[in-house]
Amino acid sequence: MDFILNPWPWWFSGALISAVMFALIFFGKTFGFSSNLRTICAMTFGRRVKFFDFDWRENTWNLTFLVGAALGGWISYQYMHGGIAVDLSDATLRDLAALGFAAPSGMQPEEVFSWDSLMTLKGFMVLAVGGFLVGFGTRYAGGCTSGHAISGLSNLQLPSLVAVIGFFIGGLVMTHLIFPYLYS
Amino acid sequence: MKFFKFLLAGTFFGIVMAQSEAMSWYRIQEMFRFQSFHMYGIIGTAVVLGVIGIFLIKKFNLKDISGQPIEFSPKEPQMIKSILGGTLFGLGWALSGACPGPIVVNVGYGVTSMLVVLFFAVLGTYTYGILRDKLPH
Repeated sequence: MDFILNPWPWWFSGALISAVMFALIFFGKTFGFSSNLRTICAMTFGRRVKFFDFDWRENTWNLTFLVGAALGGWISYQYMHGGIAVDLSDATLRDLAALGFAAPSGMQPEEVFSWDSLMTLKGFMVLAVGGFLVGFGTRYAGGCTSGHAISGLSNLQLPSLVAVIGFFIGGLVMTHLIFPYLYS
Repeated sequence: MKFFKFLLAGTFFGIVMAQSEAMSWYRIQEMFRFQSFHMYGIIGTAVVLGVIGIFLIKKFNLKDISGQPIEFSPKEPQMIKSILGGTLFGLGWALSGACPGPIVVNVGYGVTSMLVVLFFAVLGTYTYGILRDKLPH
C-alpha cells in the first residue's frame, strides 16, 4: 500500500503511461493531449478561423479524458501524494539555490506558482509567456509530449523525433541561457 | 456512459502524472539539467514498451474494442514545423514547468495559478491557428 501512496518510481510510472496509450488505441483513439487546446478554441472563440472550423464534438472523448486528468490530480493530492516535498537530486538543489529558490516544500515551487508571485509583473509574465509558448509550439509542431514523445516515438515517426529534439533545444536554452537572467 | 472509459483513462493518467511527479516544475528542471534519471526513465520506459506493443499490434493485425482494425496515422512529414514548433514548445515547457497534460493535472492537484498557464496555452494555440498560413512548415 505504501508503494501506491508514495511517489512512484520511474519504471512503474513509465509502464503505466504506455498502458494509457494502449488503452486509448484499443478504444479506437490516439493518445495526444494537446489536441484538446485546439478543440477548446473550436468550442469557444475560434470558429471564424479556418483551422478551428470543425465539429468539436468529435473530440468530446478527449475532453472527457482532460476532465479525468484534473480529477486524477485531485485524487492524488487528497488521498495519495498529498503534496509532500519533491525529493530532488543534490545537484539540482544546489543549482536552484543559486537561482534563489528554496528547497522544495511540496510539488511545486512557491516562487513560481504562488498567487503572491503571480501578482508581480515578472511572475505573471513567466506563466503567461510559458503557457503561450506551450500552446503555440505544440500545435505548430503537431503534438506535445504525449503525441510526439510517447505516441510518435512509439510508432517510430521521424517528425516526432525531430520535434522531441526541438523540445530539448528549447528546454536547454531556457534552463541554461535564459533562467540565469530571469532568476538570481 | 460511452465516455466513461475515457474519464477513467484520464483519471488514471492524472494520477500517474502526479504520483510520478512528472507534473512538477522541479522534475522538469532536473531533467533539463541532466541531474536525475527519473524523467528519462519515465519517458524511456513508456517509449520502449510503446514500440514493442505497437509492433505487436501491427504484426498480429489486432482490432480495437469495436472490432475495427487498428490503424496508425503517420505524423505530417514536414520537418521545419517539427523543429521550430518543438523548440518554441521546449522554451515554454521549461519556463512554465509543464506540458499540456500536466497543466490540467496541476489545476486538479490544487495549483490554481496553472489556470493562467492553461488560458495562455489556449491563446497560443489560437494564435497559431490565425498565423498558420504565414508560418514556414
